[in-house]
Amino acid sequence: MHVVLAVTAVIFSLAAAGAIIRIARGPSLLDRVLAADVLLAILGGALCIDMAVNRHLNNLMLVVAISIIGFIGSVTVARFVADRRVKPNES
Amino acid sequence: MNPDFSGPDAWIDTVSAVFMVVGALMSLGAAVGLLRFPDLLSRMHAATKPQVLGLFLLLAAIGLQMRTWWVWPVLVVAWIFQLLTVPVSAHMVGRAGYRTKHLHRELLTADELEAVVQKAAAEAALKDNRDDGRQC
Repeated sequence: MHVVLAVTAVIFSLAAAGAIIRIARGPSLLDRVLAADVLLAILGGALCIDMAVNRHLNNLMLVVAISIIGFIGSVTVARFVADRRVKPNES
Repeated sequence: MNPDFSGPDAWIDTVSAVFMVVGALMSLGAAVGLLRFPDLLSRMHAATKPQVLGLFLLLAAIGLQMRTWWVWPVLVVAWIFQLLTVPVSAHMVGRAGYRTKHLHRELLTADELEAVVQKAAAEAALKDNRDDGRQC
């Protein structure tokens, strides 16, 4: 089971590095928001792996909370982008 | 992991290990898609993989590893809420991306929103013209 932990740690590290590179490079704000969403999903997955390998449930409520309220950030930023781009056209 | 496959425990361990590795590979696939795909909408396609299928596989791995029944309803709640909230954020991000022209039109095979947007714009223009005529 520790082999699985090492393999998934490497995979999650590479995935998080890719998401962070996209956050840094992303041409638009929405690309960065999407990459941040993926980074949050990677974090939740890492919490799940920790619980599954070490057989405890300390992070379970955190995973549930992430899955419930994790979408609010990207929805807020998407509204913000839409509003900012629409206003110059209307004036 | 003990190598003898006599009891059910070893099989459950193996299945959950496969779930964990595949669920982690979903995250890696999303990261590769984020880096390689050309525009926002195709990146959104890649980004949903760890959010839905990856989370499902990892929660199933937790349920298999804990060997208890009471943990499954909590895991199902987590996955159901993820299924309910991910389309909301994807809808908002996709709509904002469409409106701010963050897409490559030549990559689209169908654009059903185009006709709706043009119809709404035409109606708005008609209404503006009518209002201008009334003011004069």
